[in-house]
Amino acid sequence: MALARNLLAQPWIWSFLGALLVWLAAVTFTGGYGAGGMITAALSLAVFTVIVGVGQMFVITLGPGNVDLSLPANIGLASAVAMKVMDGSDIRIALGLAAALACGMAIGAANYLLIWALRIPPIIATLSASFIIQSIDISYGRGLQIKPPPGFANFTNLQIHNVPVLAIITALFAVGASVALRSMIYGRSVSAIGQNSRAAWLAGIPVEKIRFFTYTLSGTLGGLNGALLAGYFRGANVDIGNEYLLASIAVVVIGGTSVAGGKANVPGIWGAALFLVLLLTMLNTFGVSAGIRLVLTGLIIVGVITAAGGPKVLR
Amino acid sequence: MNSVSAHRIVRLPVLGSTNFRRLLRTMLPAISLALILIAIAWLNPRAISYFGFNLMLNLAIPIALATLAQMFVITGNELDLSIGTFVGFVGCVTATWLREAPLFGAIVLVGSVGVYAGLGALIHLRNIPSIVVTLGMSFVWQGLAILLLPKPGGSAPDWLLTLMALKPPIVPLPIVLAVIIAIVAQVGLMNSSYGAVLRGSGGNPVAIERAGWSRLRIKVTLFTLAGIFGVLSGMALIGITTSADANIGNGYTLLSIAGVILGGGEFVGGRVSPIGAVIGALTLALAASPLLTFMHIPPDWQVGANGAILIVVLAARSLISRRES
Repeated sequence: MALARNLLAQPWIWSFLGALLVWLAAVTFTGGYGAGGMITAALSLAVFTVIVGVGQMFVITLGPGNVDLSLPANIGLASAVAMKVMDGSDIRIALGLAAALACGMAIGAANYLLIWALRIPPIIATLSASFIIQSIDISYGRGLQIKPPPGFANFTNLQIHNVPVLAIITALFAVGASVALRSMIYGRSVSAIGQNSRAAWLAGIPVEKIRFFTYTLSGTLGGLNGALLAGYFRGANVDIGNEYLLASIAVVVIGGTSVAGGKANVPGIWGAALFLVLLLTMLNTFGVSAGIRLVLTGLIIVGVITAAGGPKVLR
Repeated sequence: MNSVSAHRIVRLPVLGSTNFRRLLRTMLPAISLALILIAIAWLNPRAISYFGFNLMLNLAIPIALATLAQMFVITGNELDLSIGTFVGFVGCVTATWLREAPLFGAIVLVGSVGVYAGLGALIHLRNIPSIVVTLGMSFVWQGLAILLLPKPGGSAPDWLLTLMALKPPIVPLPIVLAVIIAIVAQVGLMNSSYGAVLRGSGGNPVAIERAGWSRLRIKVTLFTLAGIFGVLSGMALIGITTSADANIGNGYTLLSIAGVILGGGEFVGGRVSPIGAVIGALTLALAASPLLTFMHIPPDWQVGANGAILIVVLAARSLISRRES
């Protein structure tokens, strides 16, 4: 009983409960058919949202106004860069991955540079940056139809006993991010800055350095995501990252991270990502039209956030 | 020696005073708009005419209205990520129901403003982040728009077409409308006593509450205003494009945020400027295509040029404000 109460007090539990609920609804509808397949599919798709979600979480935790809106453009450009550098050959996989990571890292660093040097609110800085990145991507990726190397495409689709390998690696990555957030100087600094950046600065935390690192981290994860998506969907595409603008923010907040900053939660990102993917699966099994699917998705997101409620005001 | 004295002159009262910088900062949105107009006039003098402005600023009115809707939400320290799809939804209602069954269409539009008011109440009562609620609502509006108009089509009511095609003497319609909208919003929010309370709720909500104002009522008012301006934006848009499409407003979410900030608004603290927001929207509308077309920038780079213009204007503003402080 105490354990249950303790569990319910965790901010991330709601997203997992939500995921379980929509899965049960979908399975009930199909009469148990495809129950395992749904989980496998959900795991493979949730991975991509989790990767960018973790980056977005660290950014949002920096405090009000901090958000990375350049992720979709970043993912699009990195997917094109990865495919171009890999050039369909297995021996160049590592090179292509490194190029995509470097591309994302450069975008993250540029975002921070805009925020810091021009004192622009992060929302506008990353938004303006994303316009420019989008243009670069359109002109760089024009007519680009390079397939990923077979080895890379197979790796991103690889499963062991119906568990996607990428999901296992991403789960380990999430554990790492959780440790970084809870026990490492970096994670504690991010939370401290989010709670009160002036107090953090007075306490001797290198605020600007941490912010720089956080935006660069988010950019790098976006780049990684771009390469993996291009492998999974067998090809790069300007629009490949579009859905991750809303998805990356949604999973962070549904997962129990405070939008006001200073309070982050990694497990919730996994729960929320699974919830969003399974929600889509459920609505698809119900066979509803695109319009109704969107309306229900929206209403359920609003419903979940209303039920979970906001942070209790302490002051 | 010379350089030193020159330096001193710049720092002398008239040019270097805080008041001057504050004025400069207030004027910055107007200055950016003027610069863009000058650039257009230089690149294509024929564009600066009654007909030219009519064409170039055609889409500025719906953008300005959506920007003001976003501004009201930002006044209360919230953000509306659904305004774009809401404008699209209103557009679809305008092009279908409002034409075929005007009364029913009007009821739906009033009801959608009611939904906005309800969102304001929900956000306040449950103390939940507006970003997520409006994110969810953006799916809802988009879904409803697709249900209503699965394929692009419909057509605007005749009275709306006539209204948006008016040709007033001397000054083109978009400019007339922009001035009216800006003045109405400016007087309502900046010069009325309840307007001050609304802005105060963004600056110091606790103080406003202790002074006896209901924060619930304030939030509902701000979201209702956002809903009303969103409806006007969607209707104006359809009056210009004559037919609708479920995705017609999607770009407006980010444009409206950029417009508020370009116009001198800030995300927190209730520091907004209605006139600035309208000017910011006009700047974005002009910079978006006419200027870039005249500069022969290839289509691939037009979005990027837009981003660059945003960055330049904001850089100029931060340069001025940093000196100010």
